[in-house]
Parts: sequence; structure tokens; C-alpha cells
Amino acid sequence: MYFSDETQKASRKLTEQWQANVQNTLKTNTDWKNRFSTVSDLDIKRLYTPEDLQNTDFARDIGAPGEFPYLRGNQVTGYRGQPWTFRMFSGMGSAEDTNARWHLLLREGQTGLSTAFDFPTLMGYDSDSPKALGEVGKCGVAIDTLEDFLALIDDIPLDRVTTSMTINPPATVLWAMYCAAAEIKGVPLNQIGGTIQNDMLKEFIAQKTFMCPPEPSVRLISDTVEFGAKYVPRWNPISISGYHIREAGATAVQELAFTLRDGIEYVEDILRRKKMSVDDFAPRLSFFFNAHIDLFEEICKLRAARRIWAKVMRDRFGAKNPRSLWMRFHVQTAGCSLTAQQPYNNVVRTTIEALAAVLGGTQSLHTNSLDEVLCLPSEHAVEIALRTQQILAEETGVVNTIDPLAGSYFVESLTNEMEAKAWEYIEKIDAMGGMVAAIERGYPQMEIADAAYTFQRQIEAKEKIMVGVNKYATEAQHPVPLVEIDEKVGEEQIRRLKDLRRRRDSRAVSQSLADLRAACKNGANVMPHCITAVKNLATEQEICDVYREVYGEYRDPGLY
Amino acid sequence: MTQNTQKICAGDVRSASRLIRDLEDRRPEARLRLRQIFPHTGRSFIIGITGSPGAGKSTLTDALIGELRKQQKTVGVLAVDPSSPFSGGALLGDRVRMLRHAEDEGVFIRSLATRGALGGLARAAGDAIHVMEAMGKDVILVETVGIGQQELDIIHHAHSIIVVLVPGMGDEIQTMKAGVMEIADVFVINKADRPGARQLRTELASLLNVSPHGPQDWIPPIVSIGNLYEPENFAKKTAELMDAVAKHHAHLVVSGQLAERTERKAVMEITDALRACILEPVLERLIADGELKKIAKRIQSRETDPFTEAEAIARRFLKTGEPS
Amino acid sequence: MPERKIRVMVAKPGLDGHDRGARILARCFRDAGFEVIYTGCHQTPEQVAAAAIQEDVDLVGLSCLSGAHRILFPRVVELLREKNASDITVIGGGIIPEQDFQMLYDAGIQAIFTPGASLDSIVDWIRTHIQARN
Repeated sequence: MYFSDETQKASRKLTEQWQANVQNTLKTNTDWKNRFSTVSDLDIKRLYTPEDLQNTDFARDIGAPGEFPYLRGNQVTGYRGQPWTFRMFSGMGSAEDTNARWHLLLREGQTGLSTAFDFPTLMGYDSDSPKALGEVGKCGVAIDTLEDFLALIDDIPLDRVTTSMTINPPATVLWAMYCAAAEIKGVPLNQIGGTIQNDMLKEFIAQKTFMCPPEPSVRLISDTVEFGAKYVPRWNPISISGYHIREAGATAVQELAFTLRDGIEYVEDILRRKKMSVDDFAPRLSFFFNAHIDLFEEICKLRAARRIWAKVMRDRFGAKNPRSLWMRFHVQTAGCSLTAQQPYNNVVRTTIEALAAVLGGTQSLHTNSLDEVLCLPSEHAVEIALRTQQILAEETGVVNTIDPLAGSYFVESLTNEMEAKAWEYIEKIDAMGGMVAAIERGYPQMEIADAAYTFQRQIEAKEKIMVGVNKYATEAQHPVPLVEIDEKVGEEQIRRLKDLRRRRDSRAVSQSLADLRAACKNGANVMPHCITAVKNLATEQEICDVYREVYGEYRDPGLY
Repeated sequence: MTQNTQKICAGDVRSASRLIRDLEDRRPEARLRLRQIFPHTGRSFIIGITGSPGAGKSTLTDALIGELRKQQKTVGVLAVDPSSPFSGGALLGDRVRMLRHAEDEGVFIRSLATRGALGGLARAAGDAIHVMEAMGKDVILVETVGIGQQELDIIHHAHSIIVVLVPGMGDEIQTMKAGVMEIADVFVINKADRPGARQLRTELASLLNVSPHGPQDWIPPIVSIGNLYEPENFAKKTAELMDAVAKHHAHLVVSGQLAERTERKAVMEITDALRACILEPVLERLIADGELKKIAKRIQSRETDPFTEAEAIARRFLKTGEPS
Repeated sequence: MPERKIRVMVAKPGLDGHDRGARILARCFRDAGFEVIYTGCHQTPEQVAAAAIQEDVDLVGLSCLSGAHRILFPRVVELLREKNASDITVIGGGIIPEQDFQMLYDAGIQAIFTPGASLDSIVDWIRTHIQARN
């Protein structure tokens, strides 16, 4: 019991009295809205009291930082040991353009790198593929070969800076490039650190960057987890992501539940191979969440996520190593909460969202730039976004104490409620036979589509408000300068690629691709073959075409 | 031959798709066009594909298109989806699974919403099939959800009917009892890698064996198709399905049943046409001038009965062309 | 004579998978009484144009959030024109900077809806502009 009988009794009495007062007040002074709910449409009560925590047990449900159930964080010293990593997602144009932006960010105090690739790279197409028409270098950096990659990381100390790469279907290829580049630069694999997103289930559910069908996709991921555990121990071979699920219109609870159920699916697949025990790889699994605009809902979501994962790892998978029970995550503020109208308001939104991430105990954070809803971020906008994190860490005092909102009736109650709702989803998907089966049925996709449509309708009906969009809209605009990528970037990239195809040893390329094909067919780990292939200057698409050929191609089922 | 008929018979997509649209929208001039192309119809082989939602019909249709194209056959596809009873709108979602054939000039894919008004769906589907026949498509695939009466009517346009079942939906055997057994020429057990597939096959096979059949009768074969994402195996199985359909076609020809089926189709066509030129105009007029509601009121209060009213309307209409 | 039913296609040319808006629109169009064909993500302009003609839609709504609209949208219009189907209206949406509007209008895109445009305003636009066709 969280509160003594005496406290509960006193609380009940005072609450009853308060309720009577409320009824009286409402007679003359009604509420200004009919309904008070979170951005995800959870109903929120007018007041939370000790009664809302009747079934909470302090030691079991809340506990101490660095102890099961890790509700209050993984680290015993909280943010005093070190603050979260300031990790700004960036990438644009050519490898050289992006490298320049990275050096600028490091000079300005960024502490980790994060790569945005363009769509052809994300989808496993070379810049000269007809599918890449109009897309090269537009939403991120174009990388076709190891040579591009070396230009991207020029002068970046790979043994000191960790790099995250948002890459999914071709994750093996880009990671192979990173490993090959480290080797070329003389940094041993066991010293490089970073993350590949490499989470395909959320692609089928939400983001739609896919290449091969779900089952072989999960197989490739398990290959990377195995390879990492053996040779690249400081690397996070997967970042199990709720961010995109949320951006696609999911509620906070759906984001929480689907992401964790994805995590369960990956663990099950690796264990099915019977090559590793859960503690061999679980400490390297990492997560990635969204921080939306509803401050408390987001804080509670992140706290609940840690507690659910610890239970899953301990009770479902029997993990023993405390690090296997840790849920380590990166957070990005919500792109979908930003508005193209009155774009400077986005600075405010991002600040509140970043605060939610920090109060939720994130290990790493990207703050969106005010112009990201319009174009790639400008240098000035990125600087403000980075400064937002620095102000939070060094001026506001939110780092002074660990999990400062713990024990709040409201926060603990909402955390419990979100956890309970997430378990319902997890159990439902278990009953369907797991996430791959649920995806094939379209279940999470349709749940999200329903939530997205409901939200949009609420916006139209002004039941939910976006300032500057459906309320306080103004004619007068304060435009922001837009960053544009020249079409010449694409032309130059194609020229470079054509030139490389002429120069390289084509026999070595075909041989390494043949070896990779054999590995795909006989079930050997693809990573070593991938590394050889990129060293021989095979292009990203050439390698991905091998996967497509052996595993088949997944097409959007277009559920809506 | 009019210019429009010529264009359609030459396979012009633009004219054909426009005519289908006009027929769906019931433009009077479209009926005339349909009459003009009719002599050029009747030479396509028509395959119906039906089964419950989520059975994987569209994916299967997509695979069959691939098989048929390998045999150099031109293909028309008619994909039927339900209209929303609330808004009258429709989400036509089948085509998305066939988009790899979008640019293939030998393939014409058309989505059709049920619209639901006056039971005209079978006719709209029949009209669209006629246009595709006139275009010279060798094979026409008609895909439709579920086994309701409307769908059964559509499916009777087909020469061969594939019924798609999946294990684990819980209602397979119920569906079978509800009349699918009679219409199926080929059964597919789709997603056969799922638990329950073997049992479903056994149950289905035993049901087929107990149904009375003579030595010359066609016994619907069962093709089990596994995971779509094992490309080699999936391709092998869809080829097997195509083969089963071809065998059924041969059986229809040899046994003389093809003639029976084309006759069945012709009966349905004239029934639909009669409905279009008698029942629909009558109903439309009665609805438009509010007469139908008035009659209904009188029936409701038992001032009259529907039979007397109907006979009176029919007599009036046949005599004067006016229902009221 | 019964009224024409409005038929529209919602298409996502290019490689970006941000289909939240496209799918919301598809549902919204259905609720407005239109017949809607949705292509799913990752379509080439050629696939979009071919499908639009086979389905005889009145309007194609293109959605792109990757910045490739400047190349992909005009290409769809051009392909429709080549196939003698320039009577099919093409509109666009997504992350499209205002400075690109004129260039897209010049290329034959008849309306552009950017984030924040209300669903009703899009439906109204279609109702007003599509009825003339026949």
C-alpha cells in the first residue's frame, strides 16, 4: 500500500468535500471546455488524490533509480553523472555538405552524431536508379558507395564520437560501410560506438520504408545483432522505434505498446536461433520514442516504457543481467506537432517536448528545428534547437534531481494507466501470434489509421487545438528563410557513381555479391560478406538487389 | 462500326474506361454504345475469384495476372469493393496489390464499387466485363468479396470460379455450408503455412467426397498456397492454381458444360437488361416523384396491398410508358 | 438522369512513406461520398498516370513530402497529357514551399494544399471544380 489507511481515509473525506465544492462552483462558473483530455484523447480527471494510488506498492512499482523496475531511470546518479547526449539528426545534399554540417554542430557543443539519409539511400536504390528521380540529396545525404561514406565521416574521430544512422532496410550495408571505414582509418571494431536504427517492424506498421517481406527482414536484423554482440560490442545494432509509429498518427499508448511488442518480437527471433542467450545481446537493444506536445502524457509514457520493458525482460525472457532490463532510449520531439503556420511557435513546442523527454529520463535527444515542417533545417534554426537542449541542461535546473515528478498522484496514476493499456495491446498481439502475424493482418496499421483519422476530425471540429492552424490563425506571416537543395547535387552524385563503376574491379564486385547471395540462401550471417562487398566498392543498390532477389520484395498493401 | 466501338475493339484504354464509367453512372447514351460493342463480346475466358475479406484474393489475382502474362495472354481485371452505406463513397483498395502491372499494356485493371442501389451491381459488373471482352482481353478476372446474393450474381458471369479460404478465420466450414460448395470449381487454401491449414484441407476434401457425383463429374481440386514471401514456392503454387483452372476450362469444353454456363450467363444478361429497362425506370420515377413513399404509406395502413399496386403500375407502364 | 459519382485517386509518387495525410484524405473522400482509389506508397509517375486512366478518375491527388514534388508532380501531368487524358484534374499536397507554387501551377497542377489545409476545404474544392467535367 502506497499510503497508510489513515492518509487514505483523510483523503477520501477531503475529496468528498472538494467534490461538493466543485458542484457548487460549476453552478455559477462552468468549465471553459466540455472535455479535458490528452492529445491522444485519454480523459484526464479534474484532480488526482492518494486514492488513485490505492493499488500502488512503493517498492514494487516505483522503487529507486538503477533498480528494478527502473521506473525512475537506469542510472543510479541520474543526469548528474552526465546529461543526455545532444544528438541532432542531420544530413543533406552530398556527403561533403553533410560532413560540413556535422563539424559545425560538433563545434557548437553537440555530443553525438545522427545521420539523415536521402530517400533513395533509405530504400536501397542508387542515385542513378529511375526510382531516385528527383529525390537525390533532398531529405538527407546521398550515399551510394564506401567512397561517399568516407567523405561523410572525414575528420570525425570514430573512436570518440558515437554516430547514429537512421537506416532500415539497407542497415547491413551502411553499417558495413561504417565498419569498413573504421578499419581503413585504423580504429578497431571494438572501439567504435553508435546505433543503426535497423527496426523493420515499425516500417511495415508506420513509416513504409521497406524492401523485403517481414520475415527475412527480421532475419537480417538478427544477423546484425549477432555480429554486433561478437565483434562490435559498443554498437547498438537496433533502435526499436516508436517515433514513426507516433508520427503516423498513433496515440501515445499505441506508440508504447507497438514499440515494446516489436522489441519482444526481435528478442524472440534471436532466441529462436539458439545461438545466444538473452543476456548476450539484450543490453545492446536500444529504443527510440517520440516526445509529443502533451507534457504529462509523454513523461508518463517514457516512465511506463522502462517499467514494462524491465518486466518483459525479467519475467518473459528470464534475463539476469541488470543491463538487459534497462530500456535505453533516444527521443526526438514530434515533427507532427509542428506547424507550417507561424513557424516561430515551433520553438516553444519543441522546448516543451524536450522538457518532457528529459523529465521522462531520456539518454539522448534530438530537438526539431522550427523550419523542419517546411524544409531541411537551416544552420540558424538548428542552432536554436541545439541551444534549447543546452539551456534545459545547464540553466533550468531540471537535471538537479532524479525523476522529479515521481510520487505525484497524477503522474504515477497516468503512468499506471498507460502501462495497463499498453499491456492490453501486447496481450492482444500475443494472441494473434506475434507482431509479424498482426502486421500481415493489418492490425497495428489499421489501429493507427483510425487514431489518425479521429485526431484529424477533432482538429476540424476544433475539439483539439493547434495554435495558428485552427485557432489564432493570422494572415500576417513571418516567413522563415528556406533551405533548398540544388538539383545539381543529384547530377553530380550520378556522375560520381558512373565514374566509380568504371574504375572499380568489377570481377571482385561480382564475386563478393555472389558470396553474399550464397550466405543469404544458406543462412550464414550476411555481415562479413556485406563488409567485403562494400570494400570492393559494390554499391548500396547492388547489395540490396541481392536481398530483393533472394527474399522477395515487399509492396505497400495500402491499408487505410 | 462507330469510331468509339472501333477504338474499344482496338483495346483503347481511355475509351474503354470512359465507357465503363458511363455505364456505371447510367448515362443513357452508354447503353447504346454497349449495344454496339456486344457483337464483339463473348470470346474471353472469365474467371471469378471470391472469398471472405482478408483471404488474400487481391494478392492471388496479382499472381494470376503474372502467370497469364507469362503465357502471353492479355488480361482484364474487375475488382469489386463495397460502397459505404452511410456516405455512398467507397475505398477501392484491391488495385494497390496489383500495381506492378499498372504499366503493362496487356493488363487492364478496373475497380468497381458496389453502390448498392436497386441491386444493379451484377449488371454494372456484367457491363464492365462486356467492355473488357470487346477490348479483346483473353482472360478476365473478376474479384469480389464475400458470398452475399449480389456477389453470387456477379460471380455467375464467370466460366470458372475460384473460392479462396484461409485457415484460422473460424468460419470456413460455415461458409462452405452456406452454398459455396455448389459454386466453386477450384478451391484455394491460402496462407496455408498457418496453423489449421491441414485440418481445413481434410475437412474440405471429405465434404467434396461425400457430395454426390458421377464418374464424369468435375470434382473441384484444392490448391494449398503457402506464404507469399517464399517467392519460389509461391510461384510454383500459383502456377499450379492456373493449371487447375485451365483443366477446368478444358473439362467445360469437353463435357459440354461450357454451353450450359454461357446459357446461364445469357439468361442472367437478359434478366439484368430487363431489370434495367423495366424495373429501374419504374422505380426511379416512383422515387423521384415521391409516389413510392405514398404507396408505401397506403400499404402500411392496409388501405391497399403491394400486389395490387404492383400489377396496376406494371399495366400502366407497359401501356403508356408511364408508371404513374 | 442519376448524378455522376465523383471518382478520385490518391497517389503517393516517389520514395517517401509519409502516408498519414494521404490515408486520412482517402477516408475523408469516402465519407464525402466519393469513390476513392488509393495507390499506396512508392509509385512512379508512370504507374500513377496509367492507373488514373484505367480507373477513369476525375481527379488525381498527389502527395509528396520528400521535396521531389518539383520533378514528380509535373511528370504526372505530362504523362496524362501524352495519353490524351489532360481532362483529369491533378492537385497536389505535402511539404511544398510557397516559392514552388507558381512553377507547379504553370506545369498544370490545379491546386496545392499544404499542411493545415482543412479536409472540408479540399472536399469543397473538388466538389466545385469537378462537377463541370463530363
